[in-house]
Amino acid sequence: MNQVKCDCGHVNPHGTILCEACGKIIEDGTQITAEPVIDMRYEGSARRSQTYNKSIIDKVWNFFSSVKVGVWLIIVTLIASSLGTILPQEMYIPNIMPVADYYEDQYGWFGRLYYDLGFHNLYSSWWYLLLIAAIGVSLVICSLDRVVPLYRALKKQRVIRHESFLQRQRIFGTTSMAVSEHSYDLVKEKLKKKHYNIREDEGNILAEKGRFSRWGPYVNHVGLIIFLIGSMLRFVPGMYIDEILWLREGETKVIPETDGQYYLKNVDFKLEVYDKETDNEAFGDALDSAGMVAKNYQSDVILYKTKGNTVAGEEPELEEVESSSIRVNEPLKFEKFALYQVNYKLDELSTMSFLLTNKSTGETFGDITINLNDPEKMYELNNGYSVELMSYFPDFEFGEDGNPTTKSRVPNNPAFVFKMYSPEKPEGEVSFVAIQQTIEPLGDNEYKMAFNGIETMDVTGLTVRKDLTLWIIGLGGLIFMIGVVQGAYWNHRRLWIQRKGDEVWVAAHTNKNWFGLKREIQLVLEGTEIIEPMDQLKDNQVDEGETD
Amino acid sequence: MKKQRLLIRTVILLFLGAAVAYTLYANFTKDEVQKVEVGKKAPDFVLTDLDGEKHQLSDYEGEGVLLNFWATWCKPCEKEMPFLNNQYQAYKDQGVHVIAVNVGESNVAVSDFSKRYDLQFPIVTDKDSQVMTAYGVDPLPITFLIDKQGNVVDIHKGQIIAEADVTEMMEKIKP
Repeated sequence: MNQVKCDCGHVNPHGTILCEACGKIIEDGTQITAEPVIDMRYEGSARRSQTYNKSIIDKVWNFFSSVKVGVWLIIVTLIASSLGTILPQEMYIPNIMPVADYYEDQYGWFGRLYYDLGFHNLYSSWWYLLLIAAIGVSLVICSLDRVVPLYRALKKQRVIRHESFLQRQRIFGTTSMAVSEHSYDLVKEKLKKKHYNIREDEGNILAEKGRFSRWGPYVNHVGLIIFLIGSMLRFVPGMYIDEILWLREGETKVIPETDGQYYLKNVDFKLEVYDKETDNEAFGDALDSAGMVAKNYQSDVILYKTKGNTVAGEEPELEEVESSSIRVNEPLKFEKFALYQVNYKLDELSTMSFLLTNKSTGETFGDITINLNDPEKMYELNNGYSVELMSYFPDFEFGEDGNPTTKSRVPNNPAFVFKMYSPEKPEGEVSFVAIQQTIEPLGDNEYKMAFNGIETMDVTGLTVRKDLTLWIIGLGGLIFMIGVVQGAYWNHRRLWIQRKGDEVWVAAHTNKNWFGLKREIQLVLEGTEIIEPMDQLKDNQVDEGETD
Repeated sequence: MKKQRLLIRTVILLFLGAAVAYTLYANFTKDEVQKVEVGKKAPDFVLTDLDGEKHQLSDYEGEGVLLNFWATWCKPCEKEMPFLNNQYQAYKDQGVHVIAVNVGESNVAVSDFSKRYDLQFPIVTDKDSQVMTAYGVDPLPITFLIDKQGNVVDIHKGQIIAEADVTEMMEKIKP
């Protein structure tokens, strides 16, 4: 493409507004000449995307390189994200009926619409992911498209700048008096003390400091992109695991996603609450108004590792690794895994006991205790009495056909069909026993199974978590913050002092904090013949604005 | 210069596009990722049936195995059981076995169920969910078809609607 040669001899890329070397306005049909102060954004460098618009690749590139498009993408994503919070997402609704019906049942026509529009699973919908991806792409292209020309322009800048460039800096002033060499030396010395880098050319000075602050936004973007890559990696199999493990007290189970390598035993689950008597009395009032307040959720567990290779289902040979207590935010960690306390269920029925009783005499013939998670078939009692468990329904209900059935394997509402054998009734008597309910299907029985107490136990709910992306996300966050600090706490300041004929011209530019720059110039020029330059925008009262 | 620009832009856009495409792909297949894949070797297991007999999958090599995961409280499982039972009897002499893996309920509940439907094939119980974890079973029912080499030929998720479907399955794994 045709390049633009400036009067100073420097060849600029097509689309340049201010010559990279001398800063002269390159009159190329641009109308910025009317403004009293030139726009210093990106040093007036050529954002090429804004210029070339030939192939389809260029068109796509230009779309994403627009900050306006980027901002709109962010706004649309924000609105979309907030829509997802109006009703609960699919993953948080109870699994009691089809999802569509649940939304309609709970939230009426709005719920139905919400479901039909796909908002019930918004954050993993294709269009939401595309929005996030588009922001990522926009971030990469916007940054690339600006940082490269900006770097070029700052690298190629010359000490001597064109008159039009100096005149139209926001801070500009001229001194018509003769300025002594001593004053020059004094200024240079003061600038050096203020950590300016000084370049000289034919007695003209360019003092510059804090240029690296200009890279802040781009460092920040690199951090964001690393962050996005980190969250993308969560979809790669094996990088991120989030599973639930329910364990009854006394139960040992394989930990999911560990390839059968690790087992966990729940020894005890504790839920402790604050007690007015024993805890700090300052809590007293709060406890009176709030009632029960949980103090601690804790699972005491033993972690096992399997020895040798066992086939699934085979009784594995377990070796204790460690015993530990898992509390909220205090996970048990092993290899890359962490087990977090997230849920619990108190007082699940574990055993139920019954007395074999003669209905008329009330005489009892021994009791049986039924393990509700693994009942026996036969319970032998003394003196020729025994009880057979014919059927067992851990979570009993009557089915559609009127026969007893079970809703799940969890003993929420156990029911039994017993056959009671006694010397008087050697063929046995059948009795159906559920909680607070006894049915004798084959006529009146002589014996009954009298309820004789229950035992309960607690169940702990643990999250099995493995996250290999965390350090990438953390690194992204750190770089992000470095970028913010770099751009926020340092300013890029430049001061030009140039001899133009008999006059001395002073111009200055900063990307933020103009007040600080003016103070600094004042101090630097103090005690010299050079007149302090003016702020050409002072009347407009636009101060402290950022130009990058 | 112009060529270079086009090249750089194309490469960057392709790279970004590939990253986005992969993310979308991975996101939409994450629910379907099955531990056990069609065409791969089925994970071996040993489980004990109601009669106390051990069944190891690798012992069935040379013959076809229809592996069904079920529970007594799972209605669709209940409905497909008679189909499996009938077809088991039709195919057992042709080298096709049925192993029904219960999700770890009590022997009483399982044997009661088995008696009610007069189930002929071996029913094994996965007491501590090891085999379910190895096969990534969720939800029930699910049926794996394993050929004589021990490879998974097909996976049927959900209820088997018709008995003819079972016949078709049996034909697939007949040695």
